[in-house]
Amino acid sequence: MCQVDEEYNSPLEHKSLPAVSKKCMKCKEGTAVLIIRVGDAFCRSCFKEYFIHKFRAMLGKNRVIFPGEKVLLAVSGGPASSCMLAQVQEGLSRDAPKKLRFMPGIIYIDEGGVCGQNAEEREKAVVQLESIFRMTGFPYHIVPLEQVFTLPESVLEPVYSREQPGSSYKAAVDQHIRTEVTRGHGEPAVEETQDAVGRLSLQASTYKPEHKLALEGLFSSLKTLTAKQDMLQILRHHLILHTARINGYSKVMIGDSCTRLAIKLLTNISLGRGAALAADTAFSDSRYGDVVMVRPMRDYSSKEIGFYNRLFEVQSVFIPGLDTKTADKASIQRLTESFVVKLQADFPSTVSTVYRTSEKLHTACPPQSSTTEAAAKCLLCLCALDTKAGKLQH
Amino acid sequence: MAAPIAIHLEFGGGAELLFDGVKEHHVTLPSQSEPWDVKQLLVWIRENLLKERPELFVQGDSVRPGILVLINDADWELMGELEYQLQDQDNIVFISTLHGG
Repeated sequence: MCQVDEEYNSPLEHKSLPAVSKKCMKCKEGTAVLIIRVGDAFCRSCFKEYFIHKFRAMLGKNRVIFPGEKVLLAVSGGPASSCMLAQVQEGLSRDAPKKLRFMPGIIYIDEGGVCGQNAEEREKAVVQLESIFRMTGFPYHIVPLEQVFTLPESVLEPVYSREQPGSSYKAAVDQHIRTEVTRGHGEPAVEETQDAVGRLSLQASTYKPEHKLALEGLFSSLKTLTAKQDMLQILRHHLILHTARINGYSKVMIGDSCTRLAIKLLTNISLGRGAALAADTAFSDSRYGDVVMVRPMRDYSSKEIGFYNRLFEVQSVFIPGLDTKTADKASIQRLTESFVVKLQADFPSTVSTVYRTSEKLHTACPPQSSTTEAAAKCLLCLCALDTKAGKLQH
Repeated sequence: MAAPIAIHLEFGGGAELLFDGVKEHHVTLPSQSEPWDVKQLLVWIRENLLKERPELFVQGDSVRPGILVLINDADWELMGELEYQLQDQDNIVFISTLHGG
């Protein structure tokens, strides 16, 4: 056991350096520009093809987004969610047979109020994001985090009443094709104007000074960065959920990469959220009932996303968060990130191993099972309560 | 004796915050007895460009894990990482993929 260091040091330090200007492993012609996994070098054009295919394959494989459905894209301005937006745009610009057939909208939650930004900095970030959003032509909603205090309490109750449009994916596709044929081109225009109206009303909405103070009070009452980051995530989800509901979006896309999910998985175990792991990291998360959260970026590593954004000029906006410029040990989330990323640097299969584990996790009982169980949900995250399990052991 | 070389440095994804928020830097590395490599460049950046919290950018000999390095728009893993010898007019990009930059 004492020899562990001696045994492992040499292969780590003498990493074989690949020859400069290696060829692409896919087309065998182009000059490689990046290494995705150990030994897999891709050229620029093969990488683009691979990346775009992966997004479509992820949606195709899971079949949870129905044609014609309204889908809200949660964009923070960061690389992963900006890339997700670019992928949706790419998918919608394709010709008929390969075209993605859902109707996207965008939401940005302005968290500047808790991240120490002043009004001008927040305004500047919003202006930058708006120019990106406008270019997509999708309706967008910019919601300050302060609005969380205006949410009705009903946001904390899962809603199951509404019927899903067609229980199977195939039925939904058939129905979509039928309505497309019958309604012609008149109706989409009506929907577009409705969206535009919705957009106007939401853009006009700002936050009240008392809500700003309330939010500041709430976050200053939290003693640790760990708790602040956790709280911010919960509030952000409530706002996204509420915006999705009032605007009739039935799916929300969240841009978590597999690197991020691996970090989340280990963080959540450390935070005592082990029972909610499946819901927190799965491709689709139906804890809210009527609005389903999906994570289409979960097959990409942060490296792939970083390279894609750089090579194909996907714009993202850097907005300082709670953990900007903090040390590794500032919070559990931060420490876990540093642990995973450092391990990944020496053992490149770390993230994929953790991530594959998360794929195998399932919730024991589907949330829709019974109405009586609704009482046993966590008030904040709406996951099934696991407090009984603890009591039984004592 | 290697001549001084001019290179273009770029910081993104939040890494620019450690450089007074300036994303692009055109710098000239002074002449020295042996050719410049990335390892020496990192030392030079640490001493000449970094404005605060050096541990958030360099760790040990290398960049902090989670920061991507591109040399002339290609993965530095293809170029020999720290041992890559810098050429005049090279473009080196550092992109942080870490949460909050």
